Amino acid sequence: MKNLHVKILALFLIIIGTGVTYYKVTRLGLPVLPAEQTEVWMVEARLEFEAKGNQPVKARFYVPNNPLGFTVVDEDFISTKYGLTMEDNGINRIAQWAVRRVRGKQVLYYRIELAPEVAVPIKARSGITPPFPAVPDYPEPMGSVVQALLDEVRRKSADVASFTGELLVRLNAPNPDENVQVLRKGVEDSAAWVDRVIYILAGARIPARIVHLLQLKDGINHGTLTPWLEVHNGQEWLAFDPKTGSRGFPGNALIWYVGNDPLINLEGGSSPKVEYSISSQFQELVLVAERRARQINSMIMDFSLFSLPVQTQNVYRVLLLIPIGAFLIVVLRNIIGIKTFGTFMPILIALAFRETELLWGVLLFTGIVALGLLLRFYLEYLKLLLVPRLASVLVMVILLMAVISVLTHKIGLERGLSVALFPMVILTMAIERMSLVWEEHGPGEALQQGLGSLLVAVLSYLLMTNKLLGHLVFVFPELLLVVLAMTLLVGRYAGYRLTELWRFKEFLRKTDTR
Amino acid sequence: MILPWRRLRQLGILGMNQRNADYILPFNPRRHYPLVDDKRLTKQLALGAGIAVPQLYGLVDIVHQIRSLDKLLGPHEDFVIKPAHGSGGEGILVVTGRYKGRYRKASGIILTEEEIGHHIANILSGMYSLGGLPDTALIEYRVKFDPVFEAVSYLGVPDIRTLVFRGVPVLAMIRLPTRLSDGRANLHQGAIGVGIDLMTGRTSSGVWREQAIDHHPDTGGGIRGLEIPHWDAILELTARCFDLVGLGYIGVDIVLDRELGPLMLELNARPGLSIQLANKAGLRARLQRIQSLGEIPSAASERVALGKGLCNL
Repeated sequence: MKNLHVKILALFLIIIGTGVTYYKVTRLGLPVLPAEQTEVWMVEARLEFEAKGNQPVKARFYVPNNPLGFTVVDEDFISTKYGLTMEDNGINRIAQWAVRRVRGKQVLYYRIELAPEVAVPIKARSGITPPFPAVPDYPEPMGSVVQALLDEVRRKSADVASFTGELLVRLNAPNPDENVQVLRKGVEDSAAWVDRVIYILAGARIPARIVHLLQLKDGINHGTLTPWLEVHNGQEWLAFDPKTGSRGFPGNALIWYVGNDPLINLEGGSSPKVEYSISSQFQELVLVAERRARQINSMIMDFSLFSLPVQTQNVYRVLLLIPIGAFLIVVLRNIIGIKTFGTFMPILIALAFRETELLWGVLLFTGIVALGLLLRFYLEYLKLLLVPRLASVLVMVILLMAVISVLTHKIGLERGLSVALFPMVILTMAIERMSLVWEEHGPGEALQQGLGSLLVAVLSYLLMTNKLLGHLVFVFPELLLVVLAMTLLVGRYAGYRLTELWRFKEFLRKTDTR
Repeated sequence: MILPWRRLRQLGILGMNQRNADYILPFNPRRHYPLVDDKRLTKQLALGAGIAVPQLYGLVDIVHQIRSLDKLLGPHEDFVIKPAHGSGGEGILVVTGRYKGRYRKASGIILTEEEIGHHIANILSGMYSLGGLPDTALIEYRVKFDPVFEAVSYLGVPDIRTLVFRGVPVLAMIRLPTRLSDGRANLHQGAIGVGIDLMTGRTSSGVWREQAIDHHPDTGGGIRGLEIPHWDAILELTARCFDLVGLGYIGVDIVLDRELGPLMLELNARPGLSIQLANKAGLRARLQRIQSLGEIPSAASERVALGKGLCNL
């Protein structure tokens, strides 16, 4: 199998190219379509307290720790004068601000930007399995009420999850009986209510804990944390709404911290206050994905084109499209069989079209080639040697370009200035080739090849200005390996070119009538 | 309805891609190309091997020599000027005689010495050479073609193109110049291609601009059934060209001179595919048969016999 080597190589390249792309799309969340945006939550916690003035201040403040369902895009601590240390105890993360001497009202900010996770979270919220709590010594009459309630719930449930659900439904009944009223007594806020539920659950030796959530809603200015309930079923933590008993966390909820401790622990200050302001905005998905990749320490993103300076990035936005144009030429020449002047001249013309825009590009190109051709025929009459003749055509091409620029500028057509972006050596060669073909094979053939070149240039222009393609090759440059693979395959394509069907039509005609 | 490319494949037509990928790339080592691309080298090799070629009158390889052109051309009433690295018959100037100190082209147009000098200067600067490299102009004997072609040739000299694969002649055609081709014998310039039966050396019908024809469009002469003189000698000459340059897939161009008989004009390492149209036969079966042979006979006559046997495929 003579082509086996090429086929295996091509397959290998395709697998690498699409594999890396797949990873980037699914894991890093890089967008397949251009200019995709994603919602990014900006949460700002504002800590305010009064410093006592005569002693050092230390403020310990819980901050989110790899929150479930979100990617941290950015995190900021704004606190001049204060020293900052971070602490991570496995469940919670604590920021500790400290300062030796400070006076009056103090304001500290913590800001976090979050993007929703692309993939389903891989890690389950398991962690260390907590020990079974001891049955509390309930005061009477609570003790007997709890016992009766737990017995009843146990009869109507199968496991920890259904037990907790059933218990919460009863405790939250809209028309509570006397027993439940007893249990509800003395509860002032929702955090205390969760504490009470945990206290009751301990009677059934079910480990439970309080989780503090921040509900993300755009335009919130004085947000506070919502307490939530989690129980452990021996394998993992299950979340429950302490007010309704429904399972899970509410949508767009950010787990701020876990546990009974107060959100802020202040030494050397008084009357601490924490307020949240929340806003949502849209950001380029590419940027978010880039930060996400950096966060999960993905090597691929470190070595991506995004790590280059912006100016260089812009160069590559154009350069990476050239292989696409080259592949188009490969197809047009080896599979279709279109004739052009030179192999890659149409790509260079197409690159110039990018700057001049298509209609102007075609007009300027045909104009210059036509005028150059006229001058070239005059030079032929002078019987010049080849290289001086080429140089003369080059000089005239540049003068023509200058004249066109000046004239169009005077008329007020600013687009005409972009003619200067044409690669003039290429124009010169095109004129020379065209005039040679004109003399050797007649004007028909010359026009045919000229129009062929122009057609290919227009097609590659259309391909190379395609937004989607430009985005794809820049964000996923490994896709060029796929282009390379296809080029290799065409390189071993031994079938007929489309134009050969026309060339050998005599054979086809004869056999059709037979 | 059979898809057209399926049909071509069934007929064994060789396409451009397959020619390049399966025959030119594997059988024509790149390092041997200079031997065929430089006509002067080919001529030397042929002379060394005793293969008849048109006599070389002189060479021009620096512009300065153009000044003394009259000395070089003086002894010759008629001659041909061609680029050593030309391809596709481009840049060839045929002078058939003189008129009052000027030169007459085959088409009857009179040229001054200055105009001939300019043409040579163009050749030297690489206008007709592959890749535009500086070139050399050859001045050589003008072939006086055999009278058998009188009725089917316009202005130029017909030549016999044979495709030789591994030294075995595979397919042959005669190329007849027309008014359209301006006396040149290249099909893409408008010459007629007429298939030749390898066995008998007799012409079949021709193809002109990809259409089948039976008569020469300019002279009206019938092109079918002509018998090529010295056919076996021609075949043997082409077969020997393989030993000359060590290329497995070549086109050999031979002209028939009235007095000197068959002369080898040039070799081509990338011969075109229209020979199939001229012969109304595909190349693939023949090439595959030759490819499947392990050993190729070293004697040219045996290879010719092998080539003749391909007609029954």
